[in-house]
Amino acid sequence: MTGLMQELETKALGLGVPLNAHLDVTYRCNERCTHCYLDHDDHGEMTLAEIKSLLDQLADAGVLFLTLSGGEILMRMDFFDILKYARQRQFCVRLKTNGFMIREKEADALRNLGVQEVRISIYSHRAEIHDGITKLPGSLKRSLAAIRLLKSRGVNVVIGNVLMLQNVADYAGVKALAKDLGVEVTIDPTITPRMDGDRSLLQLGIRDTQLADVFRDSELVGNVDEFCAVPGVVDDSALDMVPCSAGHTYCYISPYGDVYPCVQFPLPCGNVRKDTFLNIWRNSTQMNEVRSIRARDLPTCSSCAHGGTCTRCPGLAYMEGNMRGPSSLDCEKSFARTRIPTANMILKAQRSGSQGQTSKTLLSAPSLSNLVQISIQP
Amino acid sequence: MKDCYIAKHPMAASRELDGEMIIMSAVNSTLFTLNDVASLIWKSADGATSLKEIVESRVCAEFDVDPSLAFSDAETLVSDLVKHGLLVVAEHPLHEPSPAERNS
Repeated sequence: MTGLMQELETKALGLGVPLNAHLDVTYRCNERCTHCYLDHDDHGEMTLAEIKSLLDQLADAGVLFLTLSGGEILMRMDFFDILKYARQRQFCVRLKTNGFMIREKEADALRNLGVQEVRISIYSHRAEIHDGITKLPGSLKRSLAAIRLLKSRGVNVVIGNVLMLQNVADYAGVKALAKDLGVEVTIDPTITPRMDGDRSLLQLGIRDTQLADVFRDSELVGNVDEFCAVPGVVDDSALDMVPCSAGHTYCYISPYGDVYPCVQFPLPCGNVRKDTFLNIWRNSTQMNEVRSIRARDLPTCSSCAHGGTCTRCPGLAYMEGNMRGPSSLDCEKSFARTRIPTANMILKAQRSGSQGQTSKTLLSAPSLSNLVQISIQP
Repeated sequence: MKDCYIAKHPMAASRELDGEMIIMSAVNSTLFTLNDVASLIWKSADGATSLKEIVESRVCAEFDVDPSLAFSDAETLVSDLVKHGLLVVAEHPLHEPSPAERNS
């Protein structure tokens, strides 16, 4: 984050302004990705008029950075009306799409409407792997064609590469592909439980040893010794910090108008069909509870050696049963990086029995996800 | 510089935060902040109001500044923002402002 951006985030935090909002305009999708956490049926999406009213409210609340995502955004016939209005309201717009439906006309429109970034998911450089994940034949070819069309028009494109068991061997290929295309790539092994709480998707996540290898790939992380260093002493400032931007300077709104602290934090805080966005943002009991949490308040994590470096996600902790509890997926990440067990892992091992069992548990962690995205510039 | 009409560039995004205008260019993701006077000029850049009118009827009405000095400073600001791809400038009105633009 640049100095000015950091300053802006700090100012927004102090003022209680939601500088960033993520709006899913639909959950419908033309792909059926194996790891997707959404229900793709339409249960009553907001109309164009409702979305325009919401965008007015978001602009008035101070949102500058707006991510429009889904589902597949272009499944909405009125998507460009939404985008045009968002740009009229001077949002800095980032889009997430699979690119399948982007042809010349759409690429022209995206350029002319001044979107800041279009993020397109590419799972592999090999069609059999990518299309196997999306369950849509020809999807890699179409997504790559979209990237080329956008790139040729000067649109800033980023490839999002989610790592899972099916494609973990291919990230170097995707990286090379991104270099050829002249676009940035982010590699991310985050597999999220389904919105309804079903955690079976986590089985798709890469294994501990695979993640440990990824963390030790200097092509991805730069200085491996630094990235995988033993955590230092946890000082007071780390314990007083806001855990993440969810509910502080960031929020998520579903296609049905439900407001949450984050796309990865399915704690319903209100609905813009029944209340104003600003009232939900400022006064929702749930949002204020999320805001009240500091690292020192966390029963297990406040005593963890990884407290200063952990990227604990409160949303994943919530999905695990307690927003003040540990996020085991992040514990596994810290362990894969440093090979030092977290307080949560030690506690679990102690509860389950002997030290021998501890080692066994730690060495056979079934899946890992949610590490910080690794970003590679072209 | 002769009088001109200014409008926000199609690649620019902006939001006012506690009285400070934040502007980002989608071309290179560069972030800018504007002071009070510059913010007022930015907010008035609707493509339909001339720079001279903006300075005389808005800037000078709100701030205690000499009109000719204010216009000269406004010209410098416009020149800078055009250089960074955040404003477009024309000799004739660019378009009528939409209701959303009037609100921004």
